[in-house]
Amino acid sequence: MSPDKLVYMANQIGKFFTSQPGDKAAAGIANHIAKFWEPRMRQAIQAHVAQGGGGLDPEVLKAVESLPKVN
Amino acid sequence: MGLVPEIDYGTPHPRGLKGDTDAKMVTLTIDGETVTVAEGTSIMRAAMDSGVTIPKLCATDTLDAFGSCRLCLVEIQGRAGTPASCTTPVAPGMVVSTQTERLKRLRKGVMELYISDHPLDCLTCAANGDCELQDMAGAVGLREVRYGMEGANHLGQAKDTSNPYFTFDPSKCIVCSRCVRACQEVQGTFALTIQDRGFASKVSAGMDEDFMDSECVSCGACVQACPTATLMEKSVIEIGQPEHSVVTTCAYCGVGCSFKAEMRGTELVRMVPYKDGAANRGHSCVKGRFAWGYATHRERILKPMIRSKITDPWREVSWEEAINYTASEFKRIQDKYGRASVGGITSSRCTNEETYLVQKLVRAGFGNNNVDTCARVCHSPTGYGLGTAYGTSAGTQDFDSVEDTDVVMVIGANPTDGHPVFGSRLKKRLRQGAKLIVVDPRRIDLVKTPHVEAAHHLPLRPGTNVAVVTAIAHVIVTEGLVNEAFVRERCDWDEFQDWAAFVAEERHSPEAIAEYTGVPAAELRAAARLYATGGNAAIYYGLGVTEHSQGSTTVMAIANLAMATGNLGRRGVGVNPLRGQNNVQGSCDMGSFPHELPGYRHVHDDATRAIFEDMWGVTLEREPGLRIPNMLDAAVDGTFKGLYVQGEDIVQSDPDTHHVTAGLEAMECVVVQDLFLNETANYAHVFLPGSTFLEKDGTFTNAERRINRVRRVMPPRNGYADWEITQILSNALGYPMTYSHPAEIMAEIAATTPGFRNVTYEMLDERGSVQWPCNDDAPEGTPIMHINGFARGKGKFVLTEYIPTDERTGARFPLLLTTGRILSQYNVGAQTRRTANSEWHKEDRLEIHPHDAENRGVRDGDWVKLQSRAGETTLRALITDRVSPGVVYTTFHHPMTQANVITTDYSDWATNCPEYKVTAVQVSPSNGPSDWQEKYKTHSDLSRRIVGTDAAE
Repeated sequence: MSPDKLVYMANQIGKFFTSQPGDKAAAGIANHIAKFWEPRMRQAIQAHVAQGGGGLDPEVLKAVESLPKVN
Repeated sequence: MGLVPEIDYGTPHPRGLKGDTDAKMVTLTIDGETVTVAEGTSIMRAAMDSGVTIPKLCATDTLDAFGSCRLCLVEIQGRAGTPASCTTPVAPGMVVSTQTERLKRLRKGVMELYISDHPLDCLTCAANGDCELQDMAGAVGLREVRYGMEGANHLGQAKDTSNPYFTFDPSKCIVCSRCVRACQEVQGTFALTIQDRGFASKVSAGMDEDFMDSECVSCGACVQACPTATLMEKSVIEIGQPEHSVVTTCAYCGVGCSFKAEMRGTELVRMVPYKDGAANRGHSCVKGRFAWGYATHRERILKPMIRSKITDPWREVSWEEAINYTASEFKRIQDKYGRASVGGITSSRCTNEETYLVQKLVRAGFGNNNVDTCARVCHSPTGYGLGTAYGTSAGTQDFDSVEDTDVVMVIGANPTDGHPVFGSRLKKRLRQGAKLIVVDPRRIDLVKTPHVEAAHHLPLRPGTNVAVVTAIAHVIVTEGLVNEAFVRERCDWDEFQDWAAFVAEERHSPEAIAEYTGVPAAELRAAARLYATGGNAAIYYGLGVTEHSQGSTTVMAIANLAMATGNLGRRGVGVNPLRGQNNVQGSCDMGSFPHELPGYRHVHDDATRAIFEDMWGVTLEREPGLRIPNMLDAAVDGTFKGLYVQGEDIVQSDPDTHHVTAGLEAMECVVVQDLFLNETANYAHVFLPGSTFLEKDGTFTNAERRINRVRRVMPPRNGYADWEITQILSNALGYPMTYSHPAEIMAEIAATTPGFRNVTYEMLDERGSVQWPCNDDAPEGTPIMHINGFARGKGKFVLTEYIPTDERTGARFPLLLTTGRILSQYNVGAQTRRTANSEWHKEDRLEIHPHDAENRGVRDGDWVKLQSRAGETTLRALITDRVSPGVVYTTFHHPMTQANVITTDYSDWATNCPEYKVTAVQVSPSNGPSDWQEKYKTHSDLSRRIVGTDAAE
């Protein structure tokens, strides 16, 4: 899957959770991605992060890094 | 079998539809029998209650009493004269006689006059056997007409046959005004009137126009009300009177109207709205009432077909060959590309049982969770938003609830076009005095329609919903209009305080957002005050809320408003998504989403998976599957190769057509199960002919969570009901299914899904319908949710930060396109385009404001090119100030318009619901079809060829 599109989608999710009170944004983003993204999508975004994760907002990057590795 | 009997009580129940039991009761005597009825009941209705039918012509229980025909006269002890029983309410101790010498003489005299001015062609009349005038002549014992037929009369007038579905024969009219009153009271269009006075009185459509040229919306209420052959269905004129009828549920929109399918053998004569239908209460619209001819349209495909390449012509094959080919292809693909390389799309047009079966086939047969449904592109944000805020992914009320509403806020919905029967019920309440707030970029009909005018119309710029709804919350919080008692009792107080502080920030004030939303601050403030203080306030919303990059956020913003003002948990209030498709609620309930098993339980949940693993005898995948847009992405990537699509046309209905077709072209086996060679079938390798709602048993669940029965009235012309086809395919794939009737599938749903625990076909047959949850906690079902608390426990306030969409206007694309529906056509139009409904809407038009049109040299009716970053198309312009300057609007009912060539692949952050409602575009004069339209037409013509027969279209 095109990393650009996934980065865009992940940042969109990130914008919602970073606007919520408290400091649970990364957890919220990670939970959302785990709940709704098919493994191929998670694998692709993890691969993108492995190559530096360019374009991902900081909390989103943190969230993706916290996801269990998809093989 | 016979016709399903319906009793006409003559006048409405005085307590309306609520069936309140707190009414004061009155006891009287009618023909010597003691009767006790609710105060306010007419003598006519009380008599009917006691089993006495008083003759009548102008009265019917769907309309207010009128008292014009003078046939229902009675005598009351101690009162002078012979009052009309329809307009005279009961009183305690009243002694009524319905049949005396005096009454007999009077009635006979009245009927004699009627008949002296009525054609006596009863034998060849279309109403023969179903004519109240004929019945009354019989009832009063009319034996002669002393006046003859020679005097002044109304005979020999020209018939109006302009409406494609019914005729108007003024010669047969008795001027009872039932049609005029139905148009006013039931439909609320006010298209009919009685022109002139006295003997010259005559029913007239519009300004004495043909029905087709008048404001008439062809809902059929007048035809239904007419006691004679004056307003008559053309199908009855052609075929004759029906001999039996079956109650079933309309397969168009999410209102889910109950109809009697009136039959002669297996031929459908007419569809008649069913008075006991709890969603529609005897009303209908032009689609459900009349637009069912597609079921027998010549373009319907009845034989399975296959081909190896999408550029090949179709080859008709046996069911066995088609199913075996599909099964072998899916097995081959899964062997080669892996278990996750195939998936399915369930249909929100099909029954709950069929939807359940498709998701079961995917999860248990394919062994993955790649199943999705068209709710993805409409109300998936509703599921996410309301699930998050309240704990249930559905609307909170029943439709009857609107009768107790004082303030209605309609956001991004157009009920009079999209959900017309609910629209009529809403208008009725508004005419009684309820106030209306419309939040919509376009001036929808409700903003100003006969005897209805919105108190406030907030014409926001497309894409700014979150800002506007949050600003409404700002006014409620900063002006002290919060219902604190409700919030403290029912909601999480800490979350509320965070939310209240957030919305109170100055940047969320109406004044601060006015510049980019285009909504005048004072108007927004007034609307907010009205919503918070005007009594029972209900929000109804549609796809104008959900189909945005912040669709889910807007749903949560709406949920916040209702909680903050305490407008939940009783009649007249609530948050009500108006669902698009007939069974989109049901398809979501049935586990059509890739992350959820039936009953909205996540696939991660071990306990839920265990229930289904036990029932289905397989191990289930615990990871979520691909959503429709993700399937297409994966297909382009080469990891998704096979798709089983039951009754959905993603090429026409999904955004960014180029991307959809690229995804489909990359697949090796696309199976389309549908009635027609739809646009998606142009990219399919297997076509399995589907069945219509008339040809199968099952259930649909409407927007109010009401489970309604769908009943088979004729055998499937294609050979199988859709659930049977799924079952055969599953068996061929090696996953056995052995259902012999959809009732058995419902039993499995009930056994596995808590909200459906007590639902059975026996119960539905007995009670007509039931609203889920229906289980031991709520054996009668649940008309209104969250009565003493929220399903999730405490109501959750979520902060709703406005984040503008990245789809922005600029020099190249300076206008915003938004899309919607029109009354006569339905969705992609596959059904309605194949009926006479197209006479109202032959093509999609682009609505454009006069300023924008003038700047571009566009005149009304000109062909224009509509261009976005995603693509371009052409269509004809319609110049109107319904849209604001800077905004253009179109419908997407016609495939050659291809409005979705224009829409982008931006989508809701939470659910990937596409952002249909906002596309930056340019409009310029054009000579004709775009290159894409030409190319598409060529491919479409090519791919619809069937070997050995002429092209289907």
